[in-house]
Amino acid sequence: MDGPSLRPRPGRQEPAQGFWRRLDAFARAALPPVATALLLLLVAAFRGAPALVPAVVLPAVFFWSIFRPLSMSPVAVFALGLLQDLVTYAPLGIGVLSLLVVHGLAFRWRRGLAGWSFLSVWLVFCGLAAGTAGLGWLLHAILALRLPPPEPSIQFALLAAGLYPTLAFLMTRAHRAMRQAELDA
Amino acid sequence: MIRLSIPLRQALARLTLPLMVAAAFGTMLLGKADTVIAERARTALADVLAPLYAVMAEPLRAVQDGLDEAQSLLQLRTDNVRLREENERLRRWHAAALALEAENVLLRRQTNFVPDSAPSFNTARVVADGGGTYARAVLLATLPGQPVRKGQVALDERGLVGRVTEVGSRSARVLLATDMNSRVPITLEGSRVRAMMLGTNGVRPRIAHWPEGSTPQEGERIVTSAEAGAFPAGLPVGVVRFSPSGAAEVELFAQLDRLDMVRLFDFGLRGILPPESVARPEPRPQRR
Repeated sequence: MDGPSLRPRPGRQEPAQGFWRRLDAFARAALPPVATALLLLLVAAFRGAPALVPAVVLPAVFFWSIFRPLSMSPVAVFALGLLQDLVTYAPLGIGVLSLLVVHGLAFRWRRGLAGWSFLSVWLVFCGLAAGTAGLGWLLHAILALRLPPPEPSIQFALLAAGLYPTLAFLMTRAHRAMRQAELDA
Repeated sequence: MIRLSIPLRQALARLTLPLMVAAAFGTMLLGKADTVIAERARTALADVLAPLYAVMAEPLRAVQDGLDEAQSLLQLRTDNVRLREENERLRRWHAAALALEAENVLLRRQTNFVPDSAPSFNTARVVADGGGTYARAVLLATLPGQPVRKGQVALDERGLVGRVTEVGSRSARVLLATDMNSRVPITLEGSRVRAMMLGTNGVRPRIAHWPEGSTPQEGERIVTSAEAGAFPAGLPVGVVRFSPSGAAEVELFAQLDRLDMVRLFDFGLRGILPPESVARPEPRPQRR
């Protein structure tokens, strides 16, 4: 779709050089994890929707692991998971592990997934969200040595699945803009 | 930057994920083995975020108020009918209360009744949701000098909200009564029966452990009990409601979904606190 714009069009501003160019590249590389962290903190301020924070972070990690795996590195995923656990009052490590699992799977399947239609990627994500919710529930049960009620996990999975299209739309826009900038540079 | 050969760099990249997964398990063990570290990290983060949330709280509240407004407009008519009935009922109760108050004053004059001292309280603003999938808590923005400490009881204008569980220098976390880890000793006001209120993460906590032969009655008022020295007796909590499946639950007076300010009461109680805070007694202002 962006075939014609591969070459810099005539009459365009010359791309920045040296330091500015590197700063630009760094900002682009840092955008996915930083934007996710900011979104996490923003959403944490909403009261009365407790499963919202993990349900917002999961689509972001999944999406960026497929389309910008270099930016959403395992270290960044670890940091996001830790932040999520600290902010959501969850036992430490549960969010970290679930996000790393999702990242690992998305990273492994990224070549296939990047070519699929949006609907099938969404379906895969729904499956992953259900799996993550189940994993979180299991880890909670193991760490607390008692069975937590299943409703919050179900709520989380449904919320994540429902929020994915909106978030994916916004992230696709950002991804395209960044790719365009990279091609121009 | 250090230049690494491409195969080495690839090998390192492949190793990061397993390494991070191992680190995740390590964090889990650490969080389980040493809860103090996790709590310190949380408090430090909350201290950093509290001013940020305090700034964001106003616009967010505007959004939430807008949504509430739209919802309330939709059910204005039913609300009106309900309020009219309630008003009628309250008017009768008002008369009854005045009569009882007069009688109470009369009776008190004839006994050596020692009134409770007025507890000290300070007010804090709720700035963010401090909970997650499995936790119900709110984050308060406090001032550095504010006398907030663990175990203080939080009430809104209607009733019990929860207890302070973590205190930082400019933030504090209140575990709500609906949280799964919340256990509140209660008294059924009519029958004076003692029981426990267990949080379930749902909107209505369950009632458990009442003595055999005295079941809670639908609509009975619930107040806190002084058992175990965690709460003073008689704080308003809620009313008994039975769920469709027949479980006794509490409909809380406090509006936990729309908290904006809470009052933190210091009753000077030291019951059931984490060992750390019991070991460090602080001088309590003398009671009158």
